[in-house]
Amino acid sequence: MRRLLRWLLPAALLLAALMLGVGAGSVAISPGETLSILSAALRGEAAAGSHAVILLSVRLPRVLCVALAGASLSLCGAAMQGLLRNPLADGSTLGVSSGASLGAVLSLAFGLRPPFWPEGGVMAMAMLFAFLSLVLILSLSLALDRSLQTGSIILLGVIFSMFATSCISLVTAFAGEKIKSITFWTMGSLSGSTYRDALVLCIALVLCGGVLLRFAPELNAFSMGEEEAAHLGVAVRGVKLTVLIAVSVLIGVCVSIGGTISFVGLVMPHMARMLSGPDHRRLLGASMVSGAIFLVLTDLVSRTIVSPMELPVGVVTSLIGAVAFVVLFRRTKGGRAA
Amino acid sequence: MRLTVENLSVSLSGHPVLREVSFTARGGEWWMVTGPNGAGKTTLLRAIARTVAYAGETTLDGHSLRSMRRGALARELGVLSQIHGDAGGQTVEEIVRLGRYARRTGLLFPRDPGEGEAVEAALAAAGLTELRGRRMADLSGGERQRVYLAQVIAQDPRVLLLDEPVNHLDLRHQQQLFQLLRAWLGQGDRLLISVVHDLSLAKKYGTHALLLSEGCPLGAGPLQEVLTDEALNAAWQMDVAGWMRSLAAVWDTPGTQA
Repeated sequence: MRRLLRWLLPAALLLAALMLGVGAGSVAISPGETLSILSAALRGEAAAGSHAVILLSVRLPRVLCVALAGASLSLCGAAMQGLLRNPLADGSTLGVSSGASLGAVLSLAFGLRPPFWPEGGVMAMAMLFAFLSLVLILSLSLALDRSLQTGSIILLGVIFSMFATSCISLVTAFAGEKIKSITFWTMGSLSGSTYRDALVLCIALVLCGGVLLRFAPELNAFSMGEEEAAHLGVAVRGVKLTVLIAVSVLIGVCVSIGGTISFVGLVMPHMARMLSGPDHRRLLGASMVSGAIFLVLTDLVSRTIVSPMELPVGVVTSLIGAVAFVVLFRRTKGGRAA
Repeated sequence: MRLTVENLSVSLSGHPVLREVSFTARGGEWWMVTGPNGAGKTTLLRAIARTVAYAGETTLDGHSLRSMRRGALARELGVLSQIHGDAGGQTVEEIVRLGRYARRTGLLFPRDPGEGEAVEAALAAAGLTELRGRRMADLSGGERQRVYLAQVIAQDPRVLLLDEPVNHLDLRHQQQLFQLLRAWLGQGDRLLISVVHDLSLAKKYGTHALLLSEGCPLGAGPLQEVLTDEALNAAWQMDVAGWMRSLAAVWDTPGTQA
């Protein structure tokens, strides 16, 4: 019974958040109507009425993308916090998100794209730069401080973020009329998402998320320290590299679709940890669900709070995240002093 | 079982820390690695456990440890180290369960059929059955060290490396831990190699000894032959036995102030 509840309750909450996300907005659509529109669409009937059009072609793809991006970012945060044994690790604090943005912006401004995958230029560049930033920051912090302490990694991540942001500004200055689409990447918004975006996010989440979930026991072992994990039989380098690649790809995909949405990955795993405990076999799943719910609700706020205008969701998450970051940082400092 | 170490040398950032150490250990033996500070004792254990780069060769029953996969190595060789990362939030049982990691098989959903049984036995052996649901952060230092001992017991290796296992433990827990280890050693073809600072403990529990000084081996073999008064005096450059006797003498004359 308890086991069942443990699965059913998050699923029900996620479903409720999704219903709220597609229903609420400048045009309110009741849950009953939402269901009938969805079932009609699933039966293959053409959308009839303005509500059906709004729901099916605007809100549903957006909410799906938001939920998938929330789940992905939160999962990445949880995995990195486990891997680096660092409560402040996340795509945004480690500079991965800004690195990915830089890649996306370079691709947009100068039309840089890999020859083997021209239409995926922005995405491929975002992924590549996400991975390169992660490798750069980790190797730099290793060179400066062999014990890979919390402080040095975060410091380098923040410095790298600033560096990447100035590079983006520099590129923007020379970008001419492409300025508008570039600004989008630096703010983070999922408005105008399509079903194609949702599909790409879904595939990325299934593949990379699957890899990360598979490594839950290894992440548990890492919590004792890397050397201890090796003593237990964990192939430390291989696991680390695989997890970092999966995280970079997932964050790269998220950034290429939604821009930099910071702090979801930092805050939500901590919330999830309070409910699920530190065991990664439960924590990773809990982080995904809570990340999805959180971002769906935040996105709802961002598009309704100053209606008919819309705030980029990244702005809202950053506002919430900045406060949460301070609280978390204080707590980790306090924990070490005690 | 036969563990051989041949001409093992380690340099850390350019400085030689361990020079040409060789010895052969067999099942049932308890090796005590001892020597003054900076002798390279911990480095020796880390080289055998392959967490530091080394020159030379280590073999177990003729198989080179260097070429083993991590998982295979962990099934043969366990390590109980002195300092552990902050496993704060996890429970005792979760930590002990991690010991079975290398026993899990299967690519997508690794499973270990013996996990439940082994974890129960290890918890019982270390006297932790009552504490199984407690969080690591809520335990005392002695209890925590027992959890890590239970973890290596669950791991069930044939060779166990211990790095100052009783450091920071009070007398009662020291005694408890050494008795547990002796019991573990007696349960089959097993080998213990431990770094110890306390020479009395080394002499009481060890069968063999390796004496190191500034990275060089001063002797390796049966304990009585290696830890002679002359060798100890040379290693520490003081009258070791005399000092230990004067410490022990305090207990024979009641009321004396040391």
